[in-house]
Amino acid sequence: MRYLEEAVTLGFDATRCNGCGLCVRVCPHAVFAMVEKRAVLADRGACIECGACAKNCEPSAISVRAGVGCAAGLLGSVLSRTEPTKASCGCSGESSGCC
Amino acid sequence: MTDSRCDSGSCERVAAQPLAIPRPAVEPWIAGAVDTVVGKVPVVKTSLKARDYVGSMKVRWNVRRMDYRVPPGLYAVGDPSAESPVLVSANYKLSFDRLRGAVEGRSAWLLVLDTKGVNVWCAAGKGTFGTDELVARVNSCLLERLVSHRKLVVPQLGAPGVSAPEVHRRCGFRVEYGPVRASDLPAFLDAGMKATPDMRRVRFGLWDRLVVAPVELTIGAKKAALIAASLVLLGGLGPNGYSMEGVRAVGLPSAALVLVSFVLASVLGPALLPWIPGRAFALKGAVLGVVVFACLATCGAPLGAGWLPALAWGLSIPAISSFVVMNFTGASTFTSQSGVLREMRVAVPLQIAAAALGAACWLAGLFVAGSHP
Repeated sequence: MRYLEEAVTLGFDATRCNGCGLCVRVCPHAVFAMVEKRAVLADRGACIECGACAKNCEPSAISVRAGVGCAAGLLGSVLSRTEPTKASCGCSGESSGCC
Repeated sequence: MTDSRCDSGSCERVAAQPLAIPRPAVEPWIAGAVDTVVGKVPVVKTSLKARDYVGSMKVRWNVRRMDYRVPPGLYAVGDPSAESPVLVSANYKLSFDRLRGAVEGRSAWLLVLDTKGVNVWCAAGKGTFGTDELVARVNSCLLERLVSHRKLVVPQLGAPGVSAPEVHRRCGFRVEYGPVRASDLPAFLDAGMKATPDMRRVRFGLWDRLVVAPVELTIGAKKAALIAASLVLLGGLGPNGYSMEGVRAVGLPSAALVLVSFVLASVLGPALLPWIPGRAFALKGAVLGVVVFACLATCGAPLGAGWLPALAWGLSIPAISSFVVMNFTGASTFTSQSGVLREMRVAVPLQIAAAALGAACWLAGLFVAGSHP
Protein backbone atom coordinates (compact mmCIF):
# COMPACT_ATOMS: atom_id res chain seq x y z
CA MET A 1 0.00 0.00 0.00
CA ARG A 2 1.23 3.48 -0.81
CA TYR A 3 0.74 6.60 1.25
CA LEU A 4 1.25 10.35 0.71
CA GLU A 5 4.63 10.13 -0.97
CA GLU A 6 5.21 13.80 -1.75
CA ALA A 7 5.16 14.67 1.94
CA VAL A 8 8.24 12.58 2.77
CA THR A 9 11.16 14.62 4.17
CA LEU A 10 13.91 12.08 3.46
CA GLY A 11 17.18 13.51 2.11
CA PHE A 12 20.26 11.62 0.94
CA ASP A 13 23.68 13.02 0.12
CA ALA A 14 25.35 10.32 -1.94
CA THR A 15 28.74 12.04 -1.76
CA ARG A 16 28.94 11.30 1.94
CA CYS A 17 28.01 7.64 1.69
CA ASN A 18 30.73 5.23 2.83
CA GLY A 19 28.98 2.10 1.56
CA CYS A 20 28.46 0.48 4.97
CA GLY A 21 25.03 -0.77 3.91
CA LEU A 22 23.34 -0.17 7.25
CA CYS A 23 20.57 1.92 5.69
CA VAL A 24 19.63 -1.03 3.49
CA ARG A 25 19.61 -3.40 6.44
CA VAL A 26 17.53 -1.27 8.79
CA CYS A 27 14.86 0.00 6.41
CA PRO A 28 11.53 -1.84 6.69
CA HIS A 29 10.40 -0.65 3.25
CA ALA A 30 13.46 -1.06 1.02
CA VAL A 31 13.85 2.67 0.46
CA PHE A 32 17.59 2.23 -0.11
CA ALA A 33 19.51 -0.27 -2.18
CA MET A 34 23.20 -0.96 -2.69
CA VAL A 35 24.48 -0.32 -6.18
CA GLU A 36 28.19 -0.81 -6.78
CA LYS A 37 29.10 -0.58 -3.10
CA ARG A 38 27.22 2.67 -2.51
CA ALA A 39 23.68 3.29 -1.37
CA VAL A 40 21.06 4.71 -3.71
CA LEU A 41 17.49 5.80 -3.13
CA ALA A 42 15.38 3.01 -4.60
CA ASP A 43 11.91 3.98 -3.38
CA ARG A 44 11.86 7.34 -1.61
CA GLY A 45 8.05 7.48 -1.59
CA ALA A 46 7.83 4.38 0.59
CA CYS A 47 9.67 6.09 3.44
CA ILE A 48 7.78 6.19 6.74
CA GLU A 49 10.27 8.56 8.41
CA CYS A 50 11.07 6.13 11.21
CA GLY A 51 14.59 7.54 11.25
CA ALA A 52 16.42 4.21 11.46
CA CYS A 53 18.59 4.96 8.44
CA ALA A 54 19.65 8.42 9.58
CA LYS A 55 20.30 7.11 13.08
CA ASN A 56 22.66 4.46 11.81
CA CYS A 57 24.41 6.51 9.14
CA GLU A 58 27.80 7.40 10.55
CA PRO A 59 28.86 9.88 7.83
CA SER A 60 25.47 11.64 8.22
CA ALA A 61 24.57 11.18 4.58
CA ILE A 62 20.91 10.82 5.44
CA SER A 63 18.53 13.43 6.81
CA VAL A 64 14.90 12.97 7.73
CA ARG A 65 12.37 14.59 10.02
CA ALA A 66 11.73 11.42 11.97
CA GLY A 67 8.55 10.92 13.91
CA VAL A 68 5.69 8.53 14.45
CA GLY A 69 2.96 8.55 11.80
CA CYS A 70 0.16 8.45 14.32
CA ALA A 71 -2.81 10.82 14.00
CA ALA A 72 -3.86 10.32 17.61
CA GLY A 73 -0.40 11.13 18.89
CA LEU A 74 -0.21 14.23 16.71
CA LEU A 75 -3.61 15.39 17.91
CA GLY A 76 -2.31 14.97 21.43
CA SER A 77 0.79 17.00 20.68
CA VAL A 78 -1.26 19.80 19.09
CA LEU A 79 -3.60 19.91 22.07
CA SER A 80 -0.71 19.95 24.53
CA ARG A 81 1.31 22.35 22.35
CA THR A 82 4.39 20.20 21.95
CA GLU A 83 6.51 19.58 18.87
CA PRO A 84 5.15 17.00 16.43
CA THR A 85 8.44 15.16 16.33
CA LYS A 86 8.19 14.80 20.06
CA ALA A 87 4.67 13.47 19.69
CA SER A 88 4.34 10.33 21.63
CA CYS A 89 1.52 7.91 21.32
CA GLY A 90 1.17 8.12 25.04
CA CYS A 91 1.81 4.41 25.28
CA SER A 92 4.37 4.42 28.01
CA GLY A 93 4.59 2.59 31.24
CA GLU A 94 3.64 5.69 33.14
CA SER A 95 0.36 6.56 31.50
CA SER A 96 -2.58 4.27 31.75
CA GLY A 97 -4.06 4.63 28.34
CA CYS A 98 -3.20 5.60 24.83
CA CYS A 99 -3.60 9.01 23.28
CA MET B 1 35.70 1.67 42.58
CA THR B 2 35.27 2.05 38.87
CA ASP B 3 35.37 -0.73 36.35
CA SER B 4 36.65 0.47 33.02
CA ARG B 5 35.83 -1.34 29.82
CA CYS B 6 38.65 -0.77 27.42
CA ASP B 7 37.95 -3.51 24.91
CA SER B 8 36.79 -1.16 22.21
CA GLY B 9 39.54 1.35 22.63
CA SER B 10 37.27 3.92 24.17
CA CYS B 11 36.40 3.42 27.75
CA GLU B 12 33.06 3.79 29.28
CA ARG B 13 33.81 4.06 32.95
CA VAL B 14 31.10 2.36 34.88
CA ALA B 15 30.89 2.45 38.61
CA ALA B 16 30.62 -1.07 39.98
CA GLN B 17 26.95 -1.68 40.47
CA PRO B 18 24.78 -4.54 41.55
CA LEU B 19 24.33 -6.99 38.70
CA ALA B 20 21.11 -6.22 36.90
CA ILE B 21 20.29 -9.85 36.30
CA PRO B 22 16.65 -10.44 37.08
CA ARG B 23 15.61 -12.77 39.79
CA PRO B 24 11.93 -12.87 39.08
CA ALA B 25 9.55 -14.48 41.45
CA VAL B 26 8.46 -17.94 40.41
CA GLU B 27 7.14 -17.45 36.89
CA PRO B 28 5.59 -20.17 34.77
CA TRP B 29 7.90 -19.30 31.88
CA ILE B 30 11.08 -19.85 33.90
CA ALA B 31 12.58 -23.31 33.62
CA GLY B 32 15.35 -22.90 36.15
CA ALA B 33 18.65 -21.10 36.47
CA VAL B 34 22.16 -21.59 35.22
CA ASP B 35 25.38 -20.60 36.97
CA THR B 36 27.55 -18.35 34.87
CA VAL B 37 30.66 -16.22 35.31
CA VAL B 38 28.38 -13.27 35.92
CA GLY B 39 26.10 -15.02 38.36
CA LYS B 40 22.92 -17.05 38.27
CA VAL B 41 20.95 -16.42 35.08
CA PRO B 42 17.30 -17.52 34.74
CA VAL B 43 16.63 -20.06 32.02
CA VAL B 44 13.37 -19.53 30.17
CA LYS B 45 11.12 -22.05 28.52
CA THR B 46 10.82 -21.90 24.75
CA SER B 47 7.45 -23.52 24.39
CA LEU B 48 4.54 -21.15 24.84
CA LYS B 49 1.62 -22.30 26.93
CA ALA B 50 -2.08 -21.57 26.90
CA ARG B 51 -1.50 -18.91 29.52
CA ASP B 52 0.89 -17.09 27.19
CA TYR B 53 -1.57 -17.23 24.28
CA VAL B 54 -4.40 -16.00 26.49
CA GLY B 55 -2.14 -13.19 27.65
CA SER B 56 -1.39 -12.25 24.04
CA MET B 57 -5.09 -12.17 23.18
CA LYS B 58 -5.88 -10.00 26.17
CA VAL B 59 -3.36 -7.34 25.26
CA ARG B 60 -4.58 -7.38 21.67
CA TRP B 61 -7.93 -6.39 23.18
CA ASN B 62 -6.29 -3.72 25.27
CA VAL B 63 -6.72 -5.52 28.60
CA ARG B 64 -3.88 -4.22 30.79
CA ARG B 65 -1.78 -3.76 27.69
CA MET B 66 0.58 -1.38 29.48
CA ASP B 67 1.20 -3.84 32.28
CA TYR B 68 2.29 -6.92 30.37
CA ARG B 69 6.00 -7.09 30.95
CA VAL B 70 8.93 -9.15 32.13
CA PRO B 71 11.81 -7.92 34.28
CA PRO B 72 14.58 -6.56 32.06
CA GLY B 73 18.04 -8.11 32.11
CA LEU B 74 19.78 -11.31 31.11
CA TYR B 75 18.09 -14.65 30.46
CA ALA B 76 19.25 -17.97 29.03
CA VAL B 77 17.61 -20.28 26.55
CA GLY B 78 18.71 -23.89 26.16
CA ASP B 79 22.30 -24.48 27.32
CA PRO B 80 24.24 -21.41 26.18
CA SER B 81 27.99 -21.04 26.28
CA ALA B 82 30.38 -18.16 25.79
CA GLU B 83 29.98 -18.61 22.03
CA SER B 84 26.19 -18.51 22.01
CA PRO B 85 24.50 -15.54 20.33
CA VAL B 86 23.07 -12.67 22.33
CA LEU B 87 19.53 -11.82 21.20
CA VAL B 88 18.14 -8.48 22.29
CA SER B 89 14.47 -7.77 22.97
CA ALA B 90 12.07 -5.42 24.71
CA ASN B 91 10.48 -6.26 28.06
CA TYR B 92 6.96 -6.29 26.62
CA LYS B 93 5.94 -9.88 27.30
CA LEU B 94 4.48 -10.34 23.83
CA SER B 95 7.85 -9.42 22.28
CA PHE B 96 9.65 -11.63 24.77
CA ASP B 97 7.33 -14.57 24.10
CA ARG B 98 7.80 -14.22 20.35
CA LEU B 99 11.54 -14.31 20.82
CA ARG B 100 11.77 -17.28 23.17
CA GLY B 101 9.22 -19.21 21.12
CA ALA B 102 11.35 -18.68 18.02
CA VAL B 103 14.51 -20.18 19.48
CA GLU B 104 13.10 -23.50 20.57
CA GLY B 105 15.77 -26.14 20.52
CA ARG B 106 18.59 -23.58 20.44
CA SER B 107 20.94 -22.07 22.97
CA ALA B 108 21.25 -18.35 23.32
CA TRP B 109 21.43 -15.45 25.73
CA LEU B 110 18.46 -13.10 25.78
CA LEU B 111 19.19 -9.51 26.67
CA VAL B 112 15.93 -7.85 27.59
CA LEU B 113 15.89 -4.05 27.63
CA ASP B 114 13.68 -1.96 29.88
CA THR B 115 11.25 -0.44 27.42
CA LYS B 116 8.60 0.07 30.12
CA GLY B 117 6.60 -2.84 28.76
CA VAL B 118 6.38 -1.39 25.25
CA ASN B 119 7.07 -3.40 22.10
CA VAL B 120 10.31 -3.06 20.13
CA TRP B 121 9.14 -0.82 17.28
CA CYS B 122 7.13 1.64 19.35
CA ALA B 123 9.85 1.78 22.00
CA ALA B 124 12.47 2.40 19.32
CA GLY B 125 10.42 5.31 18.03
CA LYS B 126 10.28 6.74 21.53
CA GLY B 127 13.93 6.05 22.21
CA THR B 128 13.42 3.67 25.13
CA PHE B 129 14.61 0.79 22.96
CA GLY B 130 17.72 2.77 22.26
CA THR B 131 21.45 3.13 22.29
CA ASP B 132 21.63 4.33 25.88
CA GLU B 133 19.51 1.52 27.32
CA LEU B 134 21.27 -1.10 25.22
CA VAL B 135 24.74 0.05 26.25
CA ALA B 136 23.69 0.34 29.88
CA ARG B 137 22.19 -3.13 29.84
CA VAL B 138 25.27 -4.65 28.14
CA ASN B 139 27.43 -3.12 30.83
CA SER B 140 25.25 -3.85 33.82
CA CYS B 141 24.94 -7.51 32.79
CA LEU B 142 28.73 -7.74 32.34
CA LEU B 143 28.14 -9.22 28.92
CA GLU B 144 31.78 -8.87 27.94
CA ARG B 145 32.67 -11.42 30.60
CA LEU B 146 29.84 -13.73 29.66
CA VAL B 147 30.47 -14.14 25.93
CA SER B 148 33.68 -14.49 23.95
CA HIS B 149 32.27 -12.79 20.86
CA ARG B 150 31.26 -9.16 20.58
CA LYS B 151 27.98 -9.36 18.67
CA LEU B 152 24.47 -8.32 19.62
CA VAL B 153 21.53 -9.44 17.52
CA VAL B 154 19.10 -6.53 17.63
CA PRO B 155 15.67 -6.78 16.01
CA GLN B 156 15.62 -4.68 12.84
CA LEU B 157 12.68 -2.66 14.11
CA GLY B 158 14.82 -1.51 17.02
CA ALA B 159 16.93 0.48 14.57
CA PRO B 160 14.99 3.76 14.84
CA GLY B 161 16.27 3.97 18.40
CA VAL B 162 19.67 2.30 18.10
CA SER B 163 22.78 3.63 16.44
CA ALA B 164 24.95 0.63 15.64
CA PRO B 165 28.11 2.71 15.18
CA GLU B 166 27.56 4.44 18.53
CA VAL B 167 26.89 1.18 20.35
CA HIS B 168 30.17 -0.17 19.06
CA ARG B 169 32.03 2.93 20.14
CA ARG B 170 30.58 2.88 23.61
CA CYS B 171 30.70 -0.77 24.61
CA GLY B 172 32.67 -2.60 21.99
CA PHE B 173 29.83 -4.78 20.79
CA ARG B 174 28.77 -4.85 17.14
CA VAL B 175 25.08 -4.69 16.42
CA GLU B 176 23.85 -7.24 13.90
CA TYR B 177 20.34 -6.29 12.89
CA GLY B 178 18.22 -9.41 12.93
CA PRO B 179 15.02 -10.05 11.00
CA VAL B 180 11.83 -8.06 11.48
CA ARG B 181 9.96 -11.11 12.66
CA ALA B 182 11.35 -13.31 15.42
CA SER B 183 10.02 -16.33 13.56
CA ASP B 184 12.73 -15.75 10.94
CA LEU B 185 15.48 -15.92 13.57
CA PRO B 186 16.32 -19.61 13.10
CA ALA B 187 16.86 -19.14 9.37
CA PHE B 188 18.78 -15.92 10.04
CA LEU B 189 21.09 -17.58 12.58
CA ASP B 190 21.60 -20.66 10.44
CA ALA B 191 22.64 -18.50 7.51
CA GLY B 192 25.36 -16.97 9.65
CA MET B 193 23.42 -13.90 10.72
CA LYS B 194 22.34 -13.06 7.21
CA ALA B 195 18.84 -11.88 6.38
CA THR B 196 17.02 -12.29 3.10
CA PRO B 197 15.35 -9.15 1.71
CA ASP B 198 12.02 -10.65 2.65
CA MET B 199 13.06 -10.90 6.31
CA ARG B 200 13.70 -7.15 6.27
CA ARG B 201 10.28 -6.11 4.89
CA VAL B 202 7.39 -5.08 7.07
CA ARG B 203 4.01 -6.02 5.73
CA PHE B 204 0.48 -5.03 6.59
CA GLY B 205 -1.68 -7.81 5.28
CA LEU B 206 -5.25 -8.52 6.29
CA TRP B 207 -4.31 -10.48 9.40
CA ASP B 208 -1.79 -7.84 10.47
CA ARG B 209 -4.45 -5.17 10.13
CA LEU B 210 -7.14 -7.13 11.94
CA VAL B 211 -4.85 -8.02 14.80
CA VAL B 212 -4.18 -4.38 15.71
CA ALA B 213 -7.74 -3.18 15.14
CA PRO B 214 -9.26 -4.27 18.49
CA VAL B 215 -6.97 -1.99 20.50
CA GLU B 216 -8.08 0.99 18.42
CA LEU B 217 -11.68 -0.13 18.81
CA THR B 218 -11.47 -0.31 22.60
CA ILE B 219 -9.69 3.03 22.83
CA GLY B 220 -12.32 4.82 20.74
CA ALA B 221 -15.20 2.99 22.39
CA LYS B 222 -15.15 5.30 25.39
CA LYS B 223 -15.66 8.38 23.24
CA ALA B 224 -18.31 6.64 21.17
CA ALA B 225 -20.18 5.53 24.28
CA LEU B 226 -20.12 9.07 25.63
CA ILE B 227 -21.60 10.44 22.43
CA ALA B 228 -24.20 7.69 22.35
CA ALA B 229 -25.19 8.36 25.94
CA SER B 230 -25.62 12.09 25.21
CA LEU B 231 -27.88 11.29 22.29
CA VAL B 232 -30.03 9.04 24.45
CA LEU B 233 -30.56 11.90 26.90
CA LEU B 234 -30.97 14.63 24.30
CA GLY B 235 -33.46 12.52 22.39
CA GLY B 236 -36.06 13.36 24.97
CA LEU B 237 -36.12 16.96 23.83
CA GLY B 238 -38.99 17.99 21.60
CA PRO B 239 -41.34 20.79 20.74
CA ASN B 240 -43.38 19.97 23.86
CA GLY B 241 -40.47 19.87 26.30
CA TYR B 242 -38.84 16.68 27.53
CA SER B 243 -40.41 13.26 27.18
CA MET B 244 -39.34 9.70 27.93
CA GLU B 245 -41.07 8.74 24.70
CA GLY B 246 -38.54 10.91 22.89
CA VAL B 247 -35.69 9.20 24.71
CA ARG B 248 -37.01 5.84 23.60
CA ALA B 249 -38.09 6.66 20.08
CA VAL B 250 -35.30 9.05 19.12
CA GLY B 251 -32.49 8.88 21.63
CA LEU B 252 -31.99 5.13 21.62
CA PRO B 253 -32.03 4.61 17.84
CA SER B 254 -29.66 7.55 17.39
CA ALA B 255 -27.29 6.15 19.98
CA ALA B 256 -27.42 2.78 18.25
CA LEU B 257 -26.61 4.41 14.92
CA VAL B 258 -23.56 6.14 16.36
CA LEU B 259 -22.30 2.93 17.94
CA VAL B 260 -22.94 0.86 14.84
CA SER B 261 -21.16 3.41 12.64
CA PHE B 262 -18.24 3.51 15.03
CA VAL B 263 -17.89 -0.28 15.15
CA LEU B 264 -18.27 -0.68 11.39
CA ALA B 265 -15.62 1.97 10.76
CA SER B 266 -13.28 0.41 13.34
CA VAL B 267 -13.57 -3.03 11.77
CA LEU B 268 -14.21 -2.44 8.08
CA GLY B 269 -11.71 0.41 7.84
CA PRO B 270 -8.74 -1.78 8.78
CA ALA B 271 -10.15 -4.84 7.01
CA LEU B 272 -10.81 -3.16 3.67
CA LEU B 273 -8.00 -0.59 3.84
CA PRO B 274 -6.22 -1.41 0.56
CA TRP B 275 -9.47 -1.49 -1.40
CA ILE B 276 -11.06 1.73 -0.20
CA PRO B 277 -10.26 4.59 -2.60
CA GLY B 278 -7.92 7.34 -1.47
CA ARG B 279 -4.44 7.31 0.03
CA ALA B 280 -5.20 9.52 3.02
CA PHE B 281 -6.76 7.45 5.77
CA ALA B 282 -9.23 10.23 6.59
CA LEU B 283 -10.45 10.13 3.00
CA LYS B 284 -10.78 6.35 3.07
CA GLY B 285 -12.79 6.74 6.26
CA ALA B 286 -15.08 9.34 4.72
CA VAL B 287 -15.71 7.15 1.67
CA LEU B 288 -16.44 4.20 3.95
CA GLY B 289 -18.76 6.38 6.00
CA VAL B 290 -20.75 7.44 2.94
CA VAL B 291 -21.14 3.80 1.93
CA VAL B 292 -22.19 2.80 5.45
CA PHE B 293 -24.74 5.62 5.52
CA ALA B 294 -26.11 4.57 2.14
CA CYS B 295 -26.39 0.95 3.27
CA LEU B 296 -28.07 1.89 6.52
CA ALA B 297 -30.51 4.13 4.68
CA THR B 298 -31.49 1.46 2.16
CA CYS B 299 -31.71 -1.24 4.84
CA GLY B 300 -34.38 0.65 6.67
CA ALA B 301 -32.30 1.77 9.62
CA PRO B 302 -34.09 4.20 11.94
CA LEU B 303 -32.54 7.31 10.46
CA GLY B 304 -35.75 9.27 10.49
CA ALA B 305 -37.83 10.90 7.79
CA GLY B 306 -37.18 13.99 5.76
CA TRP B 307 -34.11 15.90 4.80
CA LEU B 308 -33.02 17.05 8.29
CA PRO B 309 -32.19 13.60 9.66
CA ALA B 310 -30.81 12.58 6.26
CA LEU B 311 -28.42 15.50 6.42
CA ALA B 312 -27.66 14.84 10.07
CA TRP B 313 -26.59 11.25 9.48
CA GLY B 314 -25.26 11.84 5.99
CA LEU B 315 -22.74 14.21 7.56
CA SER B 316 -22.14 12.60 10.95
CA ILE B 317 -21.53 9.03 9.87
CA PRO B 318 -18.82 9.94 7.34
CA ALA B 319 -17.33 12.34 9.91
CA ILE B 320 -17.16 9.62 12.56
CA SER B 321 -15.84 7.08 10.09
CA SER B 322 -13.23 9.48 8.75
CA PHE B 323 -11.97 10.24 12.24
CA VAL B 324 -11.86 6.57 13.23
CA VAL B 325 -9.94 5.46 10.16
CA MET B 326 -7.61 8.47 10.41
CA ASN B 327 -6.70 7.27 13.88
CA PHE B 328 -5.74 3.93 12.43
CA THR B 329 -2.62 5.58 11.02
CA GLY B 330 -0.93 5.00 14.37
CA ALA B 331 -1.49 1.27 14.13
CA SER B 332 -0.39 1.05 10.51
CA THR B 333 3.09 0.28 9.24
CA PHE B 334 3.40 2.50 6.21
CA THR B 335 2.37 6.05 7.18
CA SER B 336 4.92 8.82 7.53
CA GLN B 337 4.47 11.57 10.09
CA SER B 338 4.73 14.22 7.41
CA GLY B 339 1.97 12.50 5.45
CA VAL B 340 -0.27 12.18 8.48
CA LEU B 341 0.25 15.85 9.35
CA ARG B 342 -0.64 16.80 5.80
CA GLU B 343 -3.85 14.86 5.76
CA MET B 344 -4.84 15.99 9.24
CA ARG B 345 -4.53 19.66 8.34
CA VAL B 346 -7.27 19.18 5.77
CA ALA B 347 -9.27 16.40 7.34
CA VAL B 348 -9.68 17.47 10.94
CA PRO B 349 -11.36 20.83 10.21
CA LEU B 350 -13.66 19.09 7.73
CA GLN B 351 -14.51 16.37 10.25
CA ILE B 352 -15.30 18.99 12.88
CA ALA B 353 -17.42 21.01 10.46
CA ALA B 354 -19.34 17.97 9.23
CA ALA B 355 -19.90 16.68 12.75
CA ALA B 356 -21.03 20.10 13.98
CA LEU B 357 -23.42 20.61 11.08
CA GLY B 358 -24.68 17.05 11.44
CA ALA B 359 -25.25 17.54 15.14
CA ALA B 360 -27.04 20.83 14.48
CA CYS B 361 -29.36 19.14 11.98
CA TRP B 362 -30.04 16.32 14.41
CA LEU B 363 -30.89 18.75 17.19
CA ALA B 364 -33.05 20.84 14.87
CA GLY B 365 -34.83 17.68 13.81
CA LEU B 366 -35.92 17.10 17.41
CA PHE B 367 -38.16 20.11 17.12
CA VAL B 368 -39.55 19.44 13.68
CA ALA B 369 -42.55 17.17 13.82
CA GLY B 370 -42.25 13.90 11.96
CA SER B 371 -38.52 14.10 11.46
CA HIS B 372 -37.15 11.46 13.73
CA PRO B 373 -38.44 7.88 13.67
